[in-house]
Amino acid sequence: MRFIFIITLISSLFSSYEKDVQTRLILAEPGDTIHLGEGTFSIQGSLSMEGKQNIVIAGNGIDKTILSFKGQTDGAEGLRINNCKNITMVDFTIQDSKGDAIKAQDIDGIIFRRIKAEWTNGPKPENGAYGLYPVLCQNVLIEHSIAVGASDAGIYVGQSKNIIVRNSEAYHNVAGIEIENSIQADVYDNYAHHNTAGILVFDLPDLVQKEGEYIRVYNNRSEFNNLDNFAPPGNIVGSVPAGTGIMILATKNVEIFENQIVENKTVGTAIVSYFITEEPMTDSLYNPYTSSISIHDNTYKRSKQIPDLGHEIGQLLFAKFWRDVPEIVYDGMPDPQFIDGNGNLLDGYNLCIQNNRNAEFVNLEIDKHFEKWYSPFIAKFSQDETPFDCQLSAIAPTTLSVE
Amino acid sequence: MHRYILLIFLAFSWLSTSPLDYAKPTLSQFGFFKEPLNLQNPTDGVIPYSVASSLFSDYAEKLRFIKVPNDQKLTTNSDGSFNYPKSSVLIKTFYYPGNFNEPEKNRRIIETRLLIKTKTDWVALPYVWNNEQTDAVLEIAGDRLPVNWIDKNNNHIEIEYSVPNMNQCKGCHVHHNEFKPLGPKLKNLNFSYHYNDTTFNQIDKWVELGILEASPLFAELPKSINYDDPHSGSVKERARAWLDVNCANCHQLGGPAETSGLFLTSEELNRRKLGVMKPPIAAGRGAGNHKYTIVPGYPDKSIMVYRINSTDPGIMMPELGRKLVHQEGLDLIRQWIEEMNP
Repeated sequence: MRFIFIITLISSLFSSYEKDVQTRLILAEPGDTIHLGEGTFSIQGSLSMEGKQNIVIAGNGIDKTILSFKGQTDGAEGLRINNCKNITMVDFTIQDSKGDAIKAQDIDGIIFRRIKAEWTNGPKPENGAYGLYPVLCQNVLIEHSIAVGASDAGIYVGQSKNIIVRNSEAYHNVAGIEIENSIQADVYDNYAHHNTAGILVFDLPDLVQKEGEYIRVYNNRSEFNNLDNFAPPGNIVGSVPAGTGIMILATKNVEIFENQIVENKTVGTAIVSYFITEEPMTDSLYNPYTSSISIHDNTYKRSKQIPDLGHEIGQLLFAKFWRDVPEIVYDGMPDPQFIDGNGNLLDGYNLCIQNNRNAEFVNLEIDKHFEKWYSPFIAKFSQDETPFDCQLSAIAPTTLSVE
Repeated sequence: MHRYILLIFLAFSWLSTSPLDYAKPTLSQFGFFKEPLNLQNPTDGVIPYSVASSLFSDYAEKLRFIKVPNDQKLTTNSDGSFNYPKSSVLIKTFYYPGNFNEPEKNRRIIETRLLIKTKTDWVALPYVWNNEQTDAVLEIAGDRLPVNWIDKNNNHIEIEYSVPNMNQCKGCHVHHNEFKPLGPKLKNLNFSYHYNDTTFNQIDKWVELGILEASPLFAELPKSINYDDPHSGSVKERARAWLDVNCANCHQLGGPAETSGLFLTSEELNRRKLGVMKPPIAAGRGAGNHKYTIVPGYPDKSIMVYRINSTDPGIMMPELGRKLVHQEGLDLIRQWIEEMNP
């Protein structure tokens, strides 16, 4: 006999829809599909799933099934999924959660397909931090999904392994798409536009999974990412200048190719070390440098315009280059463990820049030029691209065990 | 014949997947308490206990009980936690007195949570009490109820109390994919408890009752610190005890908040991991314009204080289980940070 549980209605403040969905998330068994139904449903508390295998959570369409957390009183996330295996989410929207829209942690095999995470009041610091947020996961697929209005990153994959983000769209976020402390990721065919920064590949200290690498970012459009940075102060993305197309921070083995990087006012592609954040570093296992970075076959387009003057990098570029700032900016901080006697990076660990269209380059060499506050303004920055005219072997494509 | 094998297989797979196999629809059916149930008088073999430092739950008072199957015993691990025989039960009842100046009167019981040990795991079951206070009903999806009381300063307080659902129970209890009870540990039990007519140290009493196997570890029991009691330890010890019980269930390696890199168990020695001058990772607006979790000497510049002092679900910490600020805990953490060496 299956257990029959009794639903009490005594002075409960629980909507029957919310209670029903939460109950099904708890009782789901392998192979089940949890149908969310069609309509806009108001939800007051985080929905959660824990310890399940082979479950599909399905709506009727990205604009047909909307879970609205506008009046949320309990929990920070909209939907939270923990310690699961093979979870698929399809065809629904999460709106206006107080914190992250969907947080998925410790999952092997997670698919976001035609999922939208959205804050409906426009880009505001009061919005939740992340839209679609898998963290400490393996085999992550995000496709045909949309993230709008996150006060940190719209699509954010953190501390994960084996990741594909494709055919997705992110706008009105601080960062459109961010891959952080993650290993083996392919980010392609996405459209990141009208964010503060389009696509970020970051590696940060003090985290459980360190040493992000083997990241490919290709065939994306990163356009008009000029939104004023609205991240709440104190967050690392708050230090990213408005007008950033693609930024690689402290990560190794990254290949950026065949992207359209268009009309980002401050920097088309930045390759920087953690030192640029000016944050203290005490994590002895953390590597703050970039190495083995390849930027090739991208197409840049940038009309003459003023870079972000609210940011030091923007001020500096403006002082040096006026409205015609270079598209590719390197901070000139090579990893000392890969340097030869002449101070050049060893083959295989270099920064390689080749075959990009309409791309000017500048090397900030911050270790040489930033000793005093005024020194960058009197320094002569190298725009010589020849030391970076090289090729790295291609990074292998990511294959997932969930597709 | 094949059909029987199939049936047995189905029954087995059901057993192994359903937490409800251990549930009963109402609390009374377990027989843990004598009638009337709301007096919470335990039946034979159900032992009341208390913990030195307790998780803040919107000022709810708690009654705790443990039941260990006949002729079986808990054993102690070197970290001070226990191993429980199958079918052990931990029972926790949450209630509010009508007026906290008369704590024994007009008690309204809100919920009773059961943790039942299965062969390999624990099942968490939330029971919500009816308005008549005659019994409690299983609510696997949790519940939200209006609750009001008069506090010690004669203020009328009204909140929408949240009973956690079964998943939210796991949110705190699961570490490294393993469900563990949180309260009963040597360091949290080593003090005197008033049993019916006499007072005993709880560890001694459990050994005497035959529910806990004596261990060489008991020769040097860890000091119990009650963060509420200024006599039980220094400000630092009490602050660390508060963080340990209110935050560290998630904020530890293997806990759900390990992604933050902020580790708050009382055993943590690394100052950076404890939050000192540590920038946040994914705090979002929880950072509240501040750059570091703890700035020694400056509680008002510390994210930790900002989040403990908030009731906004997108900012506050802990993020579940409260609608109010724990003012006494906040004051303690403020004092600790204020007195902290840079």
